[in-house]
Amino acid sequence: MYAILESFNMSQKMKASIKKYNLPDRSSLLDMLQIIQDSHGYISEKSIADVSKLLSLPSAKIYGIASFYDQFRFTPYGKFHIKICDGTSCHISDSPVIIRELEKILKIKPNETTHDGKYSLETVTCLGACGKAAILSVNDKYYTEVIPEKLKELLDTLNVIEE
Amino acid sequence: MVFDIEVNNKKIKARKGETILSALNRNGIKVPTLCFMEDLQPTGACRICVVEVEGREDLVPSCSQIVEEWMKIKTHSPRVIKARRTIVELLLSNHPDDCLYCERNGNCELQKLSIELNILERRIPGNKNVLKADRSSSSLIRDPKKCILCGRCVRVCEEIVGVTAIDFVKKGNECSIEPSFNRPINLSSCINCGQCIMVCPTGALYEKDHLPELLESLNNPDKHVVIQYSPTVSVTLAEEFNLKAGKDINGMLNSALRKIGFNKIFESSFSADINAIEVASELIERLKTGTNLPMFSSCCPSWVKYVEQTHPDLIPNLSRCKSPQQIMGTLIKNYYAKTNAINPEDIYSVSVMPCVAKKFEAQRDEMTSKGITDVDAVLTTRELAKLIRLYGIDILNIESELADNPLGTRSSAGKLYGVSGGVTESIIRSFISKLNEHEPVNYKITELRGVNKNRKEFKLKVSNIELGVAVVSDMINAEKLLIEIANGRNDIHFIEVMACPDGCINGGGQPIPAKKEDIKLRMKAIYDIDEKDSIKFSHKNPLVNEIYQNYFEKDKSNENLNSIYTNFNKRDILL
Amino acid sequence: MISNIQFLKEKVLVQNTSAYNKDVEERLKFLRRENTQIPIIYIGKGTCGIIAGAIKSTEAIKEYLSAKQITAEIIEVGCIGLCIAEPIVDIQLPGMTRLSFKNMNSENIVHVLDGIFNNNILNDFVLGQYRKKGLQSWENIPFIDSLEFFSLQNRIVIENAGIINPESIEDYIVNNGYNAFVKTIYHYTSNDICKIIEKSELRGRGGSGFPTGKKWKIAHDTASDQRYIICNANESDPGSFLDRLLIESNPHKLIEGMAIAAYGVRTSKAYIYIRSSNKLGIRRFKIAIEQAKEYGLLGENIFDSGFNLDIIIKISPGAFVCGEETALISSIEGKRGMPKLRPPYPSERGLFGKPTVINNAETLCNIPSIINNGPNWFNSIGTNSSKGTKVFSLSGKIKNTGIIEVPMGISFNDIIYKIGSGVKNNKNLKIIQVGGPAGTSIVKDKLSITVDFDVLKENGAFLGSSGIIVMDEDSCIVDLTKYYLRFLSNESCGKCIPCREGIHRMYEILDNITKRPKDEKSHQTLERFKGVMQMESLAEIIKDTSLCGLGKTAANTFISSIKWFRGEYEEHIFDRECKSGVCKELRVFNIDFDKCTGCNACPKKCPVNAIIGTAKYPHFIIEEKCIGCGACFETCKFSAIFVK
Ligand SMILES: Cc1cc2nc3c(=O)[nH]c(=O)nc-3n(C[C@H](O)[C@H](O)[C@H](O)COP(=O)(O)O)c2cc1C
Ligand code: SF4
Ligand code: SF4
Ligand code: SF4
Ligand code: SF4
Ligand code: SF4
Ligand code: SF4
Ligand code: SF4
Ligand code: SF4
Ligand code: FES
Ligand code: FES
Ligand code: FES
Repeated sequence: MYAILESFNMSQKMKASIKKYNLPDRSSLLDMLQIIQDSHGYISEKSIADVSKLLSLPSAKIYGIASFYDQFRFTPYGKFHIKICDGTSCHISDSPVIIRELEKILKIKPNETTHDGKYSLETVTCLGACGKAAILSVNDKYYTEVIPEKLKELLDTLNVIEE
Repeated sequence: MVFDIEVNNKKIKARKGETILSALNRNGIKVPTLCFMEDLQPTGACRICVVEVEGREDLVPSCSQIVEEWMKIKTHSPRVIKARRTIVELLLSNHPDDCLYCERNGNCELQKLSIELNILERRIPGNKNVLKADRSSSSLIRDPKKCILCGRCVRVCEEIVGVTAIDFVKKGNECSIEPSFNRPINLSSCINCGQCIMVCPTGALYEKDHLPELLESLNNPDKHVVIQYSPTVSVTLAEEFNLKAGKDINGMLNSALRKIGFNKIFESSFSADINAIEVASELIERLKTGTNLPMFSSCCPSWVKYVEQTHPDLIPNLSRCKSPQQIMGTLIKNYYAKTNAINPEDIYSVSVMPCVAKKFEAQRDEMTSKGITDVDAVLTTRELAKLIRLYGIDILNIESELADNPLGTRSSAGKLYGVSGGVTESIIRSFISKLNEHEPVNYKITELRGVNKNRKEFKLKVSNIELGVAVVSDMINAEKLLIEIANGRNDIHFIEVMACPDGCINGGGQPIPAKKEDIKLRMKAIYDIDEKDSIKFSHKNPLVNEIYQNYFEKDKSNENLNSIYTNFNKRDILL
Repeated sequence: MISNIQFLKEKVLVQNTSAYNKDVEERLKFLRRENTQIPIIYIGKGTCGIIAGAIKSTEAIKEYLSAKQITAEIIEVGCIGLCIAEPIVDIQLPGMTRLSFKNMNSENIVHVLDGIFNNNILNDFVLGQYRKKGLQSWENIPFIDSLEFFSLQNRIVIENAGIINPESIEDYIVNNGYNAFVKTIYHYTSNDICKIIEKSELRGRGGSGFPTGKKWKIAHDTASDQRYIICNANESDPGSFLDRLLIESNPHKLIEGMAIAAYGVRTSKAYIYIRSSNKLGIRRFKIAIEQAKEYGLLGENIFDSGFNLDIIIKISPGAFVCGEETALISSIEGKRGMPKLRPPYPSERGLFGKPTVINNAETLCNIPSIINNGPNWFNSIGTNSSKGTKVFSLSGKIKNTGIIEVPMGISFNDIIYKIGSGVKNNKNLKIIQVGGPAGTSIVKDKLSITVDFDVLKENGAFLGSSGIIVMDEDSCIVDLTKYYLRFLSNESCGKCIPCREGIHRMYEILDNITKRPKDEKSHQTLERFKGVMQMESLAEIIKDTSLCGLGKTAANTFISSIKWFRGEYEEHIFDRECKSGVCKELRVFNIDFDKCTGCNACPKKCPVNAIIGTAKYPHFIIEEKCIGCGACFETCKFSAIFVK
């Protein structure tokens, strides 16, 4: 079973993590997807085909399972991955307006990436800092007490960081 | 153990361990179901089958709740009716209101439920489903707008056929049924068997429609329209006209087709006879040389696709002989055209099949001869019924007629192609005769007969050759068998594989619903014909012999015979 | 001198007594840093502390110390649950009690440090001091436990959270950790454990409040070659973050609870199902497992008792419904997280078909204290039907947001006004939402009801989700209900029709009444009314027919809020008005004739051509057409457009 693994286009580290599981044990499926998501940032058709071989599961099944969970994505994130909290606290602190505003500025909907691959948007329920709602994070850097009026400025600072 | 439970204030008998639904059904009480599937573990998903059980706070799904002795059940109390109605109303609330333009109009479970529950008003407004239909497949169309997510297609594809081309995708309100990575289904591992169509309660899954093109050709005086029909059609068509399953209306079928205006009516059982003879020779040849064994039948296009995508290394094991449909198609456009001096391009060749995969087969590049497609349109049994109704033919009240010659006479062996095991039985009949140069006395192979068997095997010895055959009719068992063989089993030389459980008799193009009892009756009808008919061997079919003498054997270049052979090719798809 | 690990194992844990000899006591004191010679700085590094800037503060502290050449020990701790005060930094000077400072961002911390090392406590930043025998307390500084936020709390489950270093097993052991577990394996049979827990009357904190001991006993008694226990830390409902705190601030306590549970149900395999976004928690829990293994508290033949235990972390890739126990099991098995029919209950046939006990993380964190102090101690806390304490997350428009632990029986009034210090910005309270999206709304007049399984159940709530969300007078009930219904519609697993379709229909109906319809035709108006009329009956059927708890409780918020706020719903429906202004799409815009210059900018932006006017003359909005999008409002450079 592990032999096929060698033919896959994966980092040695990923291969090592996968080797910790008994193959083809179905219950390791989510862990494997997690490993792929963590290292590639998304799950490609190719990786599903790989997992399908490792676990002898049809790819339709794997896709069905993966798409059930919020965490797995099937397209790469943008360079700036913006997560906006729409948990209860943030919701009552105007997160819907923030989301709408960002949609307008970036011209994408949540779970999409801009054409230039620069920004991707995601809404999440509770980032865990409800006390300082509304919360937004960019590539896991947090911004607290965000207000819609400040968004443009915030995006501008991102671009500065890039340069 | 049997005990009493109280249902609607009356005592009825229940068996220990059975579900409430099963107890109710046995006692003549009907409760509607949607997600429930006979023989499969209930999922309790749709909730339409709920009943009231005294002492339980919530309503209880009868399909999955086991009966207990203390139970007092109400199956049609106001509370239950209201719940069921609401559930159906919820399904209707975002359903496209186009029954009148729907494939399943008149035969739709959702429609029936709405009638039963007397729903006359849209109480619950909802945003209509706007999902796009997937028309990519040459066999079937998926219209997710009409899907109620009962999951029956998913389960049949996974748990019965063994392909898992589709599954639930996403969750909550975004849930839908999709192939891997939301690809169009023609790029998926779907083998086109159409079993999912058979279980779909609504118009969310149906065959690719070939009627419009056919009608155009029928109305075109320059076209010579020739039709062939599969062995099973004569015994299943009657169900479309509300007759009990298992009634053979072959003669009426011929006469109906003639009334519609087909120029010639041929039987695929005739070409099945040729297939049996050829496969028998192929098998003898392979046994002699010991190559490409075990040999696989290749008359089921779903199975062929499965081999091409899942086991490309085993493609050489497939019989290279075309399927009966394609042999007939080839003969019509070559042999028949030549002998009757018709330009093959003027022929419009139609087949009626129990199958949707045959639509796929007909359009394969490999299924041509001299650049001309063998078969131009494939109708399912259901589509044929539509055509008959369209032409206003009262099929149950017309005189019987015979099919046309030279391609319309069959042996009963050719007819057996309609049932799982039948193909092998026919081939063995010819196989033995070829080797022994006389026919076996006992033509019947009971080991290869019967419904609902996962695997049928049979061993025989003819003139020093030991032959082991196996018959399966779904991919789950095919796969198991292949594993056994990969692990060294070598006593099996011929494998017949059909994608549809019990064979084409239960194909994806047959009348819906196809209940278990129906399948049994359909099968019995085929075997009855075998019993009654006088010609039981393919090579005893006089017209078949004629074609061999005048067409295949006369031709020294062998081109004529080669035209009924083909090749198969590896497919790269996301499995 | 023997190594710490040897000392803690042999002299502390194996001895397992409440009265250690003097040497041991002395060394314990040292390990508890009670007689430290250098200043100790504790930095709160829970997720919220980090988000609030604790990392920068740490850097500032280090810089300060090296610049001033002060030697001090820096210890990273978890959080004490007072989110509003993060980042929190505690400073303990030799001989003195530990002082806690709030809002220690990178600027403030420097001032505070400067102060304390120069004998000048900056009172503005002081939270309070911790009481400790044998250490000298600071004058004129309140004790933490006398602050209103803490004084009504009874911290058992979150006892040492924010106080000890979560990444150090030593810190846990020297504070009485793992004693209960060692006592368990040395002195009790599995049956004893089930009995003790049963006698304590502990009820599950994850949902239905099922007696924990009874659940264990069923699994214990079901014949099988393998059993499992699973800690449910999926916690994915918005406004609830207590599992996060438990795991990242005191992971060993949970491990100890799980270990005792595993012993009690006779299993050698325990799983913890943690939500993937809880990254810090997962990291700390992994560290904790490794440490426990190193100490021989996990693994084979634990402390020579013959008991084996392996704890496996399963990361939940995110789905609210996977908190439901059968869905959770499917998820661990590598399937779509769809709930299954019960019975059979997991305690009889669960994970991989074997008897499985699933307990909430908070439930399990209660276990060590019960074993240590006995069942009678535990059931002396709380009310008749509900024993012990309950942890809540407080959020929304409340002053003290955070995590609290209160004894059962306390009133919501006390929680909101005393512990929580009341509503933010001195607004009036409208409702509190208890129990998350599928919970219930409690109006202001009803806040006297108490925290108690049965009382809450009577009021349509359940003690499962730990979230209490406070809404002030500016919030809109319809919007809140709509928000929850949308959440649940997304999070429904999609299996059964009433839940999948019903919740979404309810959402759509509410969405409809919180918008000005585009071009409303008469039949659409009718549809809108029809929908609203069906809401209540729909809610009832969804509850009656859904397969799992998600569907069964989904309509709760609607049912409870319409009872109190029918008027507000009706305003949205009949008057198309949202008094609180939350439903933005109900707004009507108007043009001030005097201010409008007729610049002609706004008509170009209006998506529905609702603005008419000739250039250079004042424009006019056709109210019937306007959908309230606000585009014109944002466009007008002359502030001529206003909300009516
Ligand atoms: C939709 C839904 C979500 C749930 N989410 C959680 C959860 O996040 N954490 C939890 O402990 N229990 C959750 N539960 C309850 C669990 O099903 C189960 O009752 C609980 O884990 C049992 O633990 P306890 O006995 O300790 O309360 C949820 C239930 C439902 C129906
Ligand atoms: S699927 Fe059924 S209910 Fe739906 S449109 Fe077709 S016939 Fe009508
Ligand atoms: S059933 Fe009703 S809607 Fe359908 S065609 Fe007849 S009258 Fe028209
Ligand atoms: S046609 Fe057959 S293989 Fe294709 S999806 Fe349907 S059941 Fe599966
Ligand atoms: S396509 Fe048909 S069978 Fe499949 S889930 Fe939808 S309604 Fe059910
Ligand atoms: S078994 Fe028959 S009906 Fe079914 S796919 Fe194969 S050829 Fe078609
Ligand atoms: S009630 Fe909702 S979440 Fe629960 S099984 Fe049904 S659809 Fe899934
Ligand atoms: S708010 Fe302004 S722009 Fe929007 S619809 Fe109304 S008039 Fe037009
Ligand atoms: S943008 Fe302002 S000033 Fe210009 S026309 Fe509109 S309302 Fe008048
Ligand atoms: S609700 Fe936004 S951080 Fe919790
Ligand atoms: S038929 Fe019983 S729940 Fe679907
Ligand atoms: S301060 Fe830690 S939970 Fe907020």
